[in-house]
Amino acid sequence: MTMTMRALLGATALCTAASVVSAQETTLTIATVNNGDMIRMQGLTEDFTEQHPEIALEWVTLEENVLRQRVTQDIATNGGQFDVMTIGTYEVPIWGQQGWLVPLDDMPEGYDADDILPAIAGGLTVDGTLYAAPFYGESSMVMYRTDLMEEAGLEMPDAPTWEFIKEAAAAMTDEEAEIYGICLRGKAGWGENMAFLTAMANSYGARWFDEEWNAQFDTEAWSNTLTDYLDIMTNYGPPGAANNGFNENLALFQQGKCGMWIDATVAASFVTNPDESEVADSVGFALAPDNGLGKRGNWLWAWSLAVPAGSDAPDAAKTFIAWATSKEYTELVAENEGWANVPPGTRTSLYENQEYLDAAPFAQMTLESIQAADPTNPAVDPVPYTGVQFVAIPEFAGIGTQVGQEFSAALAGQQSAEEALSNAQALTEDEMSAAGYN
Amino acid sequence: MARAVTTQKKAIYTVAAWGIGLLIFFPILWTFLTSFKTEGTAVADPPVFLFFDWTTDNYTVVQERSNYMRYLWNSVVIAGGSTLLGVIIAVPAAWSMAFVPGNRTKDILLWMLSTKMLPAVGVLYPIYIVLIRLGVLDTKGALIVVVMMINLPIIIWMLYTYFKEIPVDILEAARMDGASLRNEIIHVLTPMAIPGIASTILLNVILAWNEAFWTLNLTADDAAPLTAFIASYSSPEGLFYAKLSAASTMAIAPILILGWFSQKQLVRGLTFGAVK
Amino acid sequence: MATQHSRSAARLMMSPAVILLLGWMLVPLIMTLYFSFTDYRPVALPPTVAECCVGFENYVRFFTASAFMDSVWTTLIMVGGILAITVVGGILLAILLDQPMWGQGVVRILVIAPFFVMPTVSALVWKNMFMDPVNGLLTHLWEFFNATPINWLTDVPLFSIIMIVSWQWLPFATLILLTAIQSLDSEQLEAAEMDGAPAIKRFWYIILPHLARAITVVILIQTIFLLSIFAEIFVTTNGAFGTRTLTYLVYQRVLESQNVGLGSAGGILAVILANIVAIFLMRIVGKNLDA
Repeated sequence: MTMTMRALLGATALCTAASVVSAQETTLTIATVNNGDMIRMQGLTEDFTEQHPEIALEWVTLEENVLRQRVTQDIATNGGQFDVMTIGTYEVPIWGQQGWLVPLDDMPEGYDADDILPAIAGGLTVDGTLYAAPFYGESSMVMYRTDLMEEAGLEMPDAPTWEFIKEAAAAMTDEEAEIYGICLRGKAGWGENMAFLTAMANSYGARWFDEEWNAQFDTEAWSNTLTDYLDIMTNYGPPGAANNGFNENLALFQQGKCGMWIDATVAASFVTNPDESEVADSVGFALAPDNGLGKRGNWLWAWSLAVPAGSDAPDAAKTFIAWATSKEYTELVAENEGWANVPPGTRTSLYENQEYLDAAPFAQMTLESIQAADPTNPAVDPVPYTGVQFVAIPEFAGIGTQVGQEFSAALAGQQSAEEALSNAQALTEDEMSAAGYN
Repeated sequence: MARAVTTQKKAIYTVAAWGIGLLIFFPILWTFLTSFKTEGTAVADPPVFLFFDWTTDNYTVVQERSNYMRYLWNSVVIAGGSTLLGVIIAVPAAWSMAFVPGNRTKDILLWMLSTKMLPAVGVLYPIYIVLIRLGVLDTKGALIVVVMMINLPIIIWMLYTYFKEIPVDILEAARMDGASLRNEIIHVLTPMAIPGIASTILLNVILAWNEAFWTLNLTADDAAPLTAFIASYSSPEGLFYAKLSAASTMAIAPILILGWFSQKQLVRGLTFGAVK
Repeated sequence: MATQHSRSAARLMMSPAVILLLGWMLVPLIMTLYFSFTDYRPVALPPTVAECCVGFENYVRFFTASAFMDSVWTTLIMVGGILAITVVGGILLAILLDQPMWGQGVVRILVIAPFFVMPTVSALVWKNMFMDPVNGLLTHLWEFFNATPINWLTDVPLFSIIMIVSWQWLPFATLILLTAIQSLDSEQLEAAEMDGAPAIKRFWYIILPHLARAITVVILIQTIFLLSIFAEIFVTTNGAFGTRTLTYLVYQRVLESQNVGLGSAGGILAVILANIVAIFLMRIVGKNLDA
């Protein structure tokens, strides 16, 4: 086996010899997600390679679920396949605690780490050390069609309640014309429907766990959350919503098929871009809804760049991260693609830049949404965990996805809300006891 | 064919067969057509079939995002390499099983086939760890070996059924003439076995080309083939049918064309000696 | 017939393949077996390492979870459904293609095409461009006939996946069966036709028995590939709505929950079940091998 392997390795080495000769430089393998802002970054790498001719960049662009699985697998086994990983606010604190990430406390001069929005930086810091640099940050908010709103004779307040959202969804729905009052995530996954539902639950006074790590799906607050969600979606949502995630909903909204859409603030630049969106000039924004309990149903997330401890070129990787998350990169995007398309939600300075505020009608709402989220104190009642739309424990990815499947099946009409909740409760209790929490 | 067939009957068969054939082929045709539309046209309601402004923009966009040739080359190397290596190992094994069968030959053959029953997801961790230890993660060499191992049972099985159809008398005759084992293989067996080997190679190139689990999970960049190329198009933001179609067309076109050109050999290979 | 010399030569020629396959089977199998007796959760806080032993804890948990039996059923329905569709469809299509017609070669090219499409691509294309409940082509088709469009992947998810996979494998079945039919002695059929045997009888008593062996080969080869269906589920439903097969359940345990111990136990159970199916199939095929 080993012999064959070696012989083959020799053969492979010959095959790649050509590229080896020209590359006396460091090669960085960057794993990233196929979101618009990252695709844009790939298009702009020439700027980086001109400044750093000794560093070559190789991109591994994957769909979110595949990416997450690949990088988790790699970091858990110390595979060392990637030098830069694109990960989120869920992974960073856990992996930072494990010692799997290279601390980013010695960024080059002029990087100005203090400029990073405190809410975002907080989620990427473990014991005072920054473990990942935010590429773009987001909260969630209501995006709505101003023209449909007007037609319905309603006016969206800056801070709507769930009651109003329900009323507006009913008023805007016109199934004949394929216009659905509201589009929300239904696709199963901890980062898909559970991100939305957990945030929504926060505003309903529900929480994942009480202070003793007991699952809380048997509470009335969760029951209200899920019943209302199912109610709104079955009556005013698009067909097949149980398979809709962020991307599907974005496509629907851009085609003018949604009256409202509560989702990531980062979508704002896509729905207002006339090249991609048919409804670009009639989109309004509002804060995520609440129920008067003191918490809004919005989340906090940052796609961030981190260096795994197994990387063999941590310095070059840091150089790249410093470039990709710098103020200069923002300016570079602005120059090439316009201010409205710069990666949002990471730096205070961006929201003090008049050019950006003029170009991006959603800027103020994005900032307010981000500032309104509190990862350390997400629910109405006290909780033992951090994270707004997730629970920052390693077991959550697995539990969240399974619970998400239960809720998604309820949305698809395969089971009732009560069944979904009791299944969710049982499986969460089971997983938590297996993991030794109680 | 001796049966007299009326033109009318023939026409009915023709219409039915073409209808079903086009229906089966339609998803591929639709993907191909959509790849030349704009994103807006791609979701037009009602859908447009042929009369739209054809554009090649999608291909440009896809190519800008990821260097197609690089993935293509990796696919070619992995599919070709694993098949060749597999055939080199399988030919002697299948030959000896077909011509010098022992008591256990059939058991061995069935055991080989049963190794394909290992669920890939269950053994990903072990394989991943082994490859890390050997330091060959994300190398074409490792991928060639892994994909070869996955398909080896099928290669051996196919070759075995092929070889079994070669009349033994010819070998006996050659042996009588004093041909050595080597000569027997080179001069008698090989010419007769070549069609079988050819179709085995074809089928396995296709299987290796389309293998999506291992090629995606064991590669990052250096060895990533077209299955990884397509993984970045599953759901980009916003409308993406046209781009997805372009990427899909690029991923399947090479193997589709190869398959069509070698259809005859492939059909023979697919029969696994099921027909006498 | 075989001499001692050629026998040992044969053994020698077989050994590379046998040794390689033995290694390929044993190394991962033993490692998986070992993991299945450990509490191996590499991303837990703090991470647990693969240290022996926790006994049969993982097996008990995997086996007693309701998800397990559900997934076994799903697997059986999925594999059975696809086999039924491809075999029946393949026979009918093969008989049709065997009839005289114009452009037979081109039709065959059209029919064979889906076999070349990689599973990920086929799942993506079907999911987005055909089964999408708003923009999918099937939705437009339904609307054209004033019918309420079906939400394929949420209302009939299992059936949808069976359809997608059947589309991929139908060409394979058709081609094997077509070749088998073409080898049928046409004089025998004609004689039957002369005797006035109706088409259905000719099919039942002459064609079908002739195809028996080809059908077993189709079933055997397809089962091997179908038991490990993954990409089609991953892309379309992610295992939601009762489409979680045993393979997918193991995937969720190992990679989504990163509980390698539990997932490995599931993997071993899957191997055992697959081999029961295999032995069953091999028995049938084994007989046919001698024929």
